[in-house]
Amino acid sequence: MAEYHLTTPLSEADVLPLRAGDVVYLTGSIYTGRDAAHKRLIDALDAGQPLPFDLTGAVIYYVGPSPARPGRPIGAAGPTTSYRMDSFAPRLIELGLRGMIGKGMRSSEVKASMVAHKAVYFGATGGAGALLGLRIKAAKVIAYEDLGPEAVRELTVENFPVLVINDSQGGDLYATPDLEAALG
Amino acid sequence: MRTLTKATIVDAVSAMCIDANQNLPADVLAALQQAKDRETAPAAKEILRQLLENAELAKTTGLPLCQDCGLGVFFVELGEDVHIADGSLREAINAGMVQGYKDGFLRKSTCDPFTRKNVGDNSPAIIHFDIVPGDTLKICMMAKGGGSENMSRVMMLTPAQGFPGIREFVIRRVAEAGSNPCPPVLVGVGIGGNFELAAINSKKALMRAVDDTHPDPAVAAMEADLLTSINRLGIGPMGLGGATTCLGVKIKVAPCHLASLPLAVNIQCHSARHKEVIL
Repeated sequence: MAEYHLTTPLSEADVLPLRAGDVVYLTGSIYTGRDAAHKRLIDALDAGQPLPFDLTGAVIYYVGPSPARPGRPIGAAGPTTSYRMDSFAPRLIELGLRGMIGKGMRSSEVKASMVAHKAVYFGATGGAGALLGLRIKAAKVIAYEDLGPEAVRELTVENFPVLVINDSQGGDLYATPDLEAALG
Repeated sequence: MRTLTKATIVDAVSAMCIDANQNLPADVLAALQQAKDRETAPAAKEILRQLLENAELAKTTGLPLCQDCGLGVFFVELGEDVHIADGSLREAINAGMVQGYKDGFLRKSTCDPFTRKNVGDNSPAIIHFDIVPGDTLKICMMAKGGGSENMSRVMMLTPAQGFPGIREFVIRRVAEAGSNPCPPVLVGVGIGGNFELAAINSKKALMRAVDDTHPDPAVAAMEADLLTSINRLGIGPMGLGGATTCLGVKIKVAPCHLASLPLAVNIQCHSARHKEVIL
């Protein structure tokens, strides 16, 4: 398994060599968005309104951080479960979204969309909120402030550690549960 | 009759909410450490290493273990000879939780189910009361995240399905949940009772220590069988494969209706945050 250091925004050339299982360290700006923010992004697209950030090459991190203590840019900031964003993700991928960071399985529609438009799904370690929060150097709310933890934030990250779960070639890192062995 | 003041309860609950979110219980830490020592797959070992480092960082920096600081779930045993001097117990626990989530910079995660508007202070606390003999007040608090709660289920089995049916349902549930609930998980199982009691018991079971043994040898054997079987799924830490899908299975049993075999499976992520205080 290879190791890559990538700077956002990500180009197609950045993500094409990535394979499920590769370790990637991301540096640059990434955007937070989870359930409520995704609904608003899609509503904005439906209404023909501009999005709060440029989707081209963007990476969205599915996270609702805990509040920052004084002197810190952000609190704990680990990934939330991604499948809840599955109904929104293909539309954003079609419009240029290049990467998503979360945890847990994606739908076949999202995986197909990633293959068709050369995007990747990264996993960050769920429940490692303190460890991941400390890799975030700056955070700024750029949209939907009323959503509180669900607001869209621009995060500045340095060497943010993620793992390629689904690559742009259809590769999938997650283990298939061995039901036969378990049920005996 | 013993009298407790509202302030005593508010302070205790506030402190336990912060403590629970910053300090993983010793039994959970020990279970993660043992799993890390046992795992041979590099990815599984690395995830467990990160989780142990995360626990250390939370302890030293005061950051929460996880950004999902959960709904505040409370199991309360109120002694019949305890009187709260200046307010209701429910209000005192809720106020303590609100205080703790504010002072501890913990995430507030309650919202309106339809508008999805955040309530703003993590209220209301979800409180289950039991009235017990004596003059003490025992409060157990669990910070329960949404990701693992979403993977939980209640199922009304038929009596004919028996333990084999229970076993299959629990194993299939963990398998279908896969990487979603942040494995390695703990699995709380409520068997018997009725629809709501099974669910409450499945959560109560999660308050037990990871390394304890059920006092009933028959139930202990079911727990051991389920733990071994679930770990044969090979889902592994964060779904990356490995021997550690589950750290423990905890069952709580109650008598049920002749017609029913209620079953609840409450899945708990590896960040099993709970505390208790006796006043």
